[in-house]
Amino acid sequence: MEDLRLMERVADTTRTKITARGVQVYYGEKHALKDVDVDILDKTVTAFIGPSGCGKSTFLRCLNRMNDTVASARVSGTILLDGEDIYDRGVDPVQLRARVGMVFQKPNPFPKSIYENVAYGPRIHGLTRSKAELDAIVEASLRKAALWNEVKDRLADTGTGLSGGQQQRLCIARAVATHPEVLLMDEPCSALDPIATAQVEELIDELRAHFSVVIVTHSMQQAARVSQRTAFFHLGNLVEYGETGQVFTNPKDPRTESYITGRIG
Amino acid sequence: MTDISAQAPQFDWKSSGFTARLQARRRSELWLRGLGLGAIGLALLMLAIMLTSIVGSALGALRQTHVTISVPIPADQVDPADPFSANWRRIMQNYVASLYPEASAAELRELGGILSKGAQFMVREAVVEDPSLIGQTLTISVPVSDPFDQLAKGFIKRETPENERRVNDAQIAAFDVLDKAGLISQPINWGLLTNGDSRFPELAGLRGAAVGTFYLLLTCFVLSFPVGIAAAIYLEEFAPKNRLSDFIEVNINNLAAVPSVVFGLLALAVFLNWFGLPRGAPIVGGLTLALMSLPTIIIATRAALKAVPPSIREAALGIGASHQQVIFHHVLPLAMPGILTGTILAMAQAIGETAPLLLIGMNAFITSIPTSPLESATTLPTQIFIWADSPERGFVSRTSAGIVVLLVALVAMNGLAIYLRRKFERRW
Amino acid sequence: MTLVAFSILFAAALGGYILNRMAADRIRKGGARLHSLSGFHGMYSALVVGLPGLFLLTIWLILQGPVSENLMMSGLPDGVLDGLDAGKIALIRSEITQIANGNVFGTPDPWKIEAAERLISLNAAGDRLMVVSVALLVLAGLVYARSRVSSEFRARHGVEAIILGLMVGCSGMAVVTTAGIVFSLIYESWAFFELIPLQDFLFGLNWEPQIAIRADQVAGAGAFGVIPVFLGTLVIMTVALVIAVPIGLFAAIYLNEFAAARTRNIVKPLLEILSGIPTIVYGFFAILTVAPFLREMAAGAGLTISPNTALAGGGVMAIMLIPFISSFTDDALAAVPQSLRDGSLALGATRGETMLKVLFPAAIPGIVGGVLLAVSRAIGETMIVVMAAGLIAKLTINPLDSVTTVTVQIVTLLIGDTEFDNPKTLAAFALGMLLFVITLGINILALRIVRKYRELYD
Repeated sequence: MEDLRLMERVADTTRTKITARGVQVYYGEKHALKDVDVDILDKTVTAFIGPSGCGKSTFLRCLNRMNDTVASARVSGTILLDGEDIYDRGVDPVQLRARVGMVFQKPNPFPKSIYENVAYGPRIHGLTRSKAELDAIVEASLRKAALWNEVKDRLADTGTGLSGGQQQRLCIARAVATHPEVLLMDEPCSALDPIATAQVEELIDELRAHFSVVIVTHSMQQAARVSQRTAFFHLGNLVEYGETGQVFTNPKDPRTESYITGRIG
Repeated sequence: MTDISAQAPQFDWKSSGFTARLQARRRSELWLRGLGLGAIGLALLMLAIMLTSIVGSALGALRQTHVTISVPIPADQVDPADPFSANWRRIMQNYVASLYPEASAAELRELGGILSKGAQFMVREAVVEDPSLIGQTLTISVPVSDPFDQLAKGFIKRETPENERRVNDAQIAAFDVLDKAGLISQPINWGLLTNGDSRFPELAGLRGAAVGTFYLLLTCFVLSFPVGIAAAIYLEEFAPKNRLSDFIEVNINNLAAVPSVVFGLLALAVFLNWFGLPRGAPIVGGLTLALMSLPTIIIATRAALKAVPPSIREAALGIGASHQQVIFHHVLPLAMPGILTGTILAMAQAIGETAPLLLIGMNAFITSIPTSPLESATTLPTQIFIWADSPERGFVSRTSAGIVVLLVALVAMNGLAIYLRRKFERRW
Repeated sequence: MTLVAFSILFAAALGGYILNRMAADRIRKGGARLHSLSGFHGMYSALVVGLPGLFLLTIWLILQGPVSENLMMSGLPDGVLDGLDAGKIALIRSEITQIANGNVFGTPDPWKIEAAERLISLNAAGDRLMVVSVALLVLAGLVYARSRVSSEFRARHGVEAIILGLMVGCSGMAVVTTAGIVFSLIYESWAFFELIPLQDFLFGLNWEPQIAIRADQVAGAGAFGVIPVFLGTLVIMTVALVIAVPIGLFAAIYLNEFAAARTRNIVKPLLEILSGIPTIVYGFFAILTVAPFLREMAAGAGLTISPNTALAGGGVMAIMLIPFISSFTDDALAAVPQSLRDGSLALGATRGETMLKVLFPAAIPGIVGGVLLAVSRAIGETMIVVMAAGLIAKLTINPLDSVTTVTVQIVTLLIGDTEFDNPKTLAAFALGMLLFVITLGINILALRIVRKYRELYD
């Protein structure tokens, strides 16, 4: 009895947000992801690392069903978000994506004003009843993305006029505005300079307070800096998954060790 | 440990409000899809209506009503040495009179109208070809004139009051007599393809226009193909990147969008008025259309040249070929299928061009078949225009038939282009 | 004679090739090293001999007719042309030319027959002179080319320079054509504006070009106010675009975002068929099917409408423009980067929302460029309106009325005989000038917008 109660309390702080079991992805004939099992914890930064083409981005795109938009992709296995199968017929991917936000490799602000960029998600999902509420969400999101102070005087300016790092934070603000429960980030810093990268990394750490973050990165330093848990993918397989410290200092699988020490790349 | 209460408000996505909203969003998406499909459907429906109405109307010209006549060729009226200059009109009139012995002169004129105006020339030709017919009776099938053709095909209704139709009751009765006697037939209307133009629909054909179109396209091709390729090679391979080359490029792009009727004005003012070239000649039309086709050919050729991979050029340059040798020996042959495809498509555009040809007088009424590109001629589209403007009922179906012939030519050219592309398509 | 001249030219070019090639071969046999292959020496001679001759022959053939006619006219007996206007003189000129060609009608005046005989002899002399000049020119070319053959002579460079020059000339054809259009339009319009004041043309509200060609003809005084004609053009263009733009846009949206690859592969070529059909076919479709249909519909609603309404012409023109607009829109939508689509979808937008709120607004510059090009096409479109629209210029914007257009007027004014000193003929050139300036302006603007737009996402 004692043990069970203890277990429950632990589960409360590190609750499982997403459970993936036996996930397979095919692009046409290509078997891109092989039998992946992962539990992603709430309010945690989880990093997916691995050489390019290893399937880490593919898996990330399964988590908000962005693979649906690729005609040739087929996904099998189960992915549960809070215990609910996201590939269930009753689940509308449109709503799922509001709950599981995504930030892309290259900043992709819409060619609209900064305000409109952030307001886009709440508008289409009907999250607000008044202009004041929408204003509040825009401000809160921009604050969460640590962009508010830089842009508060020029919300009507177009989003594409910002610097690269600002654009990426605008995209994060845009994703945050729908109050997602999970934020997926696909190499969010690869197109940014070191200073912007540092800002975004700092931001990721702050966002962990609100929801679980899954980040795909090709930089092991970045994974070590921002994440609490790390998954290593190789050739479509999930090779190793565990505490970031353990994966980096004491990998169980020789392939992980080779990658981390720079022998596969 | 993070403070859980600081968490942002979570939405109950399963609430009825969100579900209803989602449904509404899905519905409006369906609307957009529906509108899109509707738009496509409407466009394709228009295409279908256009093709069926024209082909349907053209079917009326598929057959031509003929009547078989047995004309006595009186030996006293036809000179065996010169059968051509006999009074064939009189011979035909006498023949018609013999068919309806009790008709008055005025009635006979009307009854004679059953036969096509061309009948006497057909009889004449038959006799000229075979003088032994003189003194005999010639049995020959000749077209009936247009109103009776329409009557036989049911386009002129017998129920229509007499004063509103172009054939009166007496003529219908006379026609029915011929029909009862089994003299009326409806063979395939080959004359439509083998005859020249005529004021009488039953005799009018497309041969002159087809030959004119052939000369026109030939001229257009001979002029625009080499010039277009040479220009494209220069612009793509040799031209320095400077303002002059830019100017030429902008010029070519703009020329491609100049309304075709403006080219007609150019041709009229320069080729006809200043140079004094012959009016209505296919060579002038071809020259005009060559100017119009040039931009298309240049653009297609440049695209084909661009598609040849640089490795081929480098290989040839590497063994010491000059830049021109590389282009003419290696790049151009490889680009040829693409160039040909583009050129055929340009010719397919040119074949349907009408407006500039009207301005240089290719809409003249010409019954003879042109024998050289310097003679006045019509083309398929201008012939269609002439016929569409003619009041006779029979020209409606013939206009449609002309369009069908034009479309068949277009389909053939496009088919050839697609075949060439498929056959020589290369993946580098 | 022309054939003789061409034969001389061809034979000389061939001869030059053989001559120079053999000369080069001899030098090589003599032990010297040639800079260029002997084939290039031959080629050089053929080009040096053939090209100037061909050029001379072409110019000669174009100019001989008019020149000898002018000589003949200036040699007419004194007094026969006194007091005649330009039209009459042109008539006499063509009559004499006809006589010279052997088409004699009636019994012409003796001085005309004499002039015709002189014309014939002038032409014959011209032909002989042409053959002699060509022969002399090719001979000079032969001698010059032969003199260049030596072991050092860079024949390949010579040949390539000539070919490069030819190619430059060919690429200049587009510029020459544009210049020809501009020059002829300005020249003839200038003559028109000398007869009719520019402001009467641009601001006049009446268009009645049916004026007397001969003094004894009964006709209107003639009015050349372009406003009603231009208004008619605008009415038909508006009808066409109001129908074509929404259909084209929705079709492109569906094809771009919703259609399966297979549907796309079937529908796109089918739509392209629409744009490949010659416009005269559309014109005939308008009078064969659409106009009678509209008339019946109107009769059903208790209206009597003219047989050639702007609605029929514009509606049929719309069918022609649909594929144009849809393919431009499709291209513009396809040029919007995939990342914007992904960004919107990842926020939970439906495909429809992504299209309407992100992709379409982003593609608007490209689409506007396409629509502008469609406008310029609609204004310049000729055969549909010649067949389906009216001839009388009316100041109306009612699409159920019959209107005329700039292109219709150009064609009707120039069909049949054209006299280049008559305001009726010249008016067509003034209209052509107007048409050219307007469409060129729209095209340049549209191409610029499209290009800017492409750069935006490159």
